Amino acid sequence: MGFRLAENEKDRYLSELLQSYHVFAPVAKAGKGAFSDTDVVGYGEIESFGDIVLDRKSHFSPKEVFYPVRETLFQFLKDEVLETTIDEKPLVVLVRPCDLNGVRRLDTIFLKNGQEVDTYYERRRKKVKFLMVECTEGFDTCFCVSMGSNVATDYDGALRFEEGSLLLDIKDPALATEILRDRPEADFQVEYIRENKVKVDAPPLEAVTKDLFDHDLWTEYTSRCIACGRCNTSCITCSCFTMQDVQVNDEKNLGERRRVWASCHIDGYSDMAGGHNFRKKHGEKMRFKTMHKVNDYHRRFGEHMCVGCGRCDDVCPEYISFSKCINKLNQIAKEVAQ
Amino acid sequence: MTNPYLPKPYELVGIRKETAIDYTYTIDYQGPVTGGQFMEVSIPGVGEAPISISDFDGSTIDMTIRKVGRLTDKIFEMEPGDSLFLRGPYGNGFQLDNFKGRDLVVIAGGTGLAPVKKTIQHYMENLDQVKSLEVLLGFKSPSDILFTDDILRWEEKAKVILSVDNPVEGWDGHTGLVTTHVTKLDLSNVKEKTAIVVGPPIMMKFMTLELLKNGFLEENIWVSFERKMSCGIGKCGHCKIDETYVCLEGPVFNYTKAKNLLD
Ligand SMILES: Cc1cc2nc3c(=O)[nH]c(=O)nc-3n(C[C@H](O)[C@H](O)[C@H](O)COP(=O)(O)OP(=O)(O)OC[C@H]3O[C@@H](n4cnc5c(N)ncnc54)[C@H](O)[C@@H]3O)c2cc1C
Ligand code: SF4
Ligand code: SF4
Ligand code: FES
Repeated sequence: MGFRLAENEKDRYLSELLQSYHVFAPVAKAGKGAFSDTDVVGYGEIESFGDIVLDRKSHFSPKEVFYPVRETLFQFLKDEVLETTIDEKPLVVLVRPCDLNGVRRLDTIFLKNGQEVDTYYERRRKKVKFLMVECTEGFDTCFCVSMGSNVATDYDGALRFEEGSLLLDIKDPALATEILRDRPEADFQVEYIRENKVKVDAPPLEAVTKDLFDHDLWTEYTSRCIACGRCNTSCITCSCFTMQDVQVNDEKNLGERRRVWASCHIDGYSDMAGGHNFRKKHGEKMRFKTMHKVNDYHRRFGEHMCVGCGRCDDVCPEYISFSKCINKLNQIAKEVAQ
Repeated sequence: MTNPYLPKPYELVGIRKETAIDYTYTIDYQGPVTGGQFMEVSIPGVGEAPISISDFDGSTIDMTIRKVGRLTDKIFEMEPGDSLFLRGPYGNGFQLDNFKGRDLVVIAGGTGLAPVKKTIQHYMENLDQVKSLEVLLGFKSPSDILFTDDILRWEEKAKVILSVDNPVEGWDGHTGLVTTHVTKLDLSNVKEKTAIVVGPPIMMKFMTLELLKNGFLEENIWVSFERKMSCGIGKCGHCKIDETYVCLEGPVFNYTKAKNLLD
């Protein structure tokens, strides 16, 4: 259902939402950017629509709101294992269409890969409602259209920020707060970006053969990539983690088991006992990530993992472009096929 | 919703020293398991790691653990009566249907013997379930040999080739890498023979090539993989190779599948 709120009514809507929800949106965080002296845009709680940064893309994706960078799974008191609890208050998260499509990939890994449901992911995820921000312009590095993720309709509500007003398309009645009641319906059809500056062609699955794994393409990244892992931490679809046990207080026998985000670009990701590891070279790591994003995941689940948000390009200190990498891979796939 | 990460304490009922750095831990555990499956073993506050089930009898399971780091160091300080935390079992394990009625050869290198030990044991006790059974085992040195008593018993029942990498004083058995002993196997009907190969990555690579060279068919070779694993249930991503999750679809793979897994 469509509604229009005047400029001076927007924050009243937000404050009504805040009575029942924590509301998260992209906000500026001082001095934490990839290049020193720049702000980083990441997700944070907002109290006013004025807090939101929309003229730049967020460097970090919304995943950290419901899949924390570090999450305690258990607390140990001697031999007692205590499952952690979370804040019961539900969340509203403002996302763009690409990210909403990315959330589906996270859902797939955590809820559908294998027999087990990841209850830690699920417990937070089911508390989240998404308010999708209309995105018709995109940014320089976006390639969502190529990845088919420019359109998302499974939102709980959608927003269009216009000069002097806010348009809302509310699907979940819980998001239609007091101020929207008895208000005349407004006509609002969400529009989507139909063309990005950057276009990519992922190679067709059948064209990805062993030759592409062994190809020289990857050696370029061995010298360029510094294995910092920023591309993974900024990515809406990177879901990997590592378990970590810590002793919080030795005397009291207090410990914790946590999981922390893991990055396939960072050394140690595949280390095993006996000093054996796979993919020592940074180019091999780039190959592993690329294949996961535009091949492996697709073979397993029927759609590409990468949604073309372009954040990995935005944050790479070595100016490595993932979209260019995909296009090169496709080019090579064509050459190899001939 | 049950928490798949919740570990439960199980009592350690026995510890057997195999080598200076490998001990077998017997744990009070009832529940269905298959040889080749693994458990996520942990000590709260210390760490969690995947460990193969090396043996089981319905009331206990054995795990043979090498002391290599944070968690395993601590496990080595434990005594019977202490508790280890477990969740699992995970992975497919060795499905006996794949070997029933076959000419079976099991080839293991070093600690690779642990995941396949129960399978060997099973056929040693049920020789009628296979057409023939041969076992080829390789260790770095005599002091690295695991399950010595079991191996002695196996030697009485079937052909067992036990080799150490380098000749040492006091060792009058076979020497040389396991790959050099393939020709000592009965290769008369090699196309009908089934092989299980478990060991360090490099050993599995050269062993499978050696078997193929000697006429084994790809579809008759089975391997068991080890990869870094943080969850065992298809979430953490560490064990993924291409579109395959070793913790879910493995760790046991037929060679026709394994040969296409590119790390
Ligand atoms: C399916 C499966 C089955 C397994 N079965 C068995 C089994 O039956 N028995 C057994 O003993 N093991 C088995 N393992 C291996 C076992 O899981 C590891 O040895 C275990 O993780 C060791 O844990 P730890 O905390 O003691 O060692 P860690 O402290 O994690 O260290 C282990 C080793 O990893 C390396 N390492 C760790 N951290 C770093 C770092 N930061 N930088 C560089 N290198 C590092 C070191 O080489 C060290 O020796 C199995 C693994 C898998 C995947
Ligand atoms: S791989 Fe890059 S472009 Fe694709 S979803 Fe991740 S961060 Fe976005
Ligand atoms: S590709 Fe760039 S961002 Fe990613 S690990 Fe390499 S250097 Fe870091
Ligand atoms: S061990 Fe975590 S995905 Fe396989």
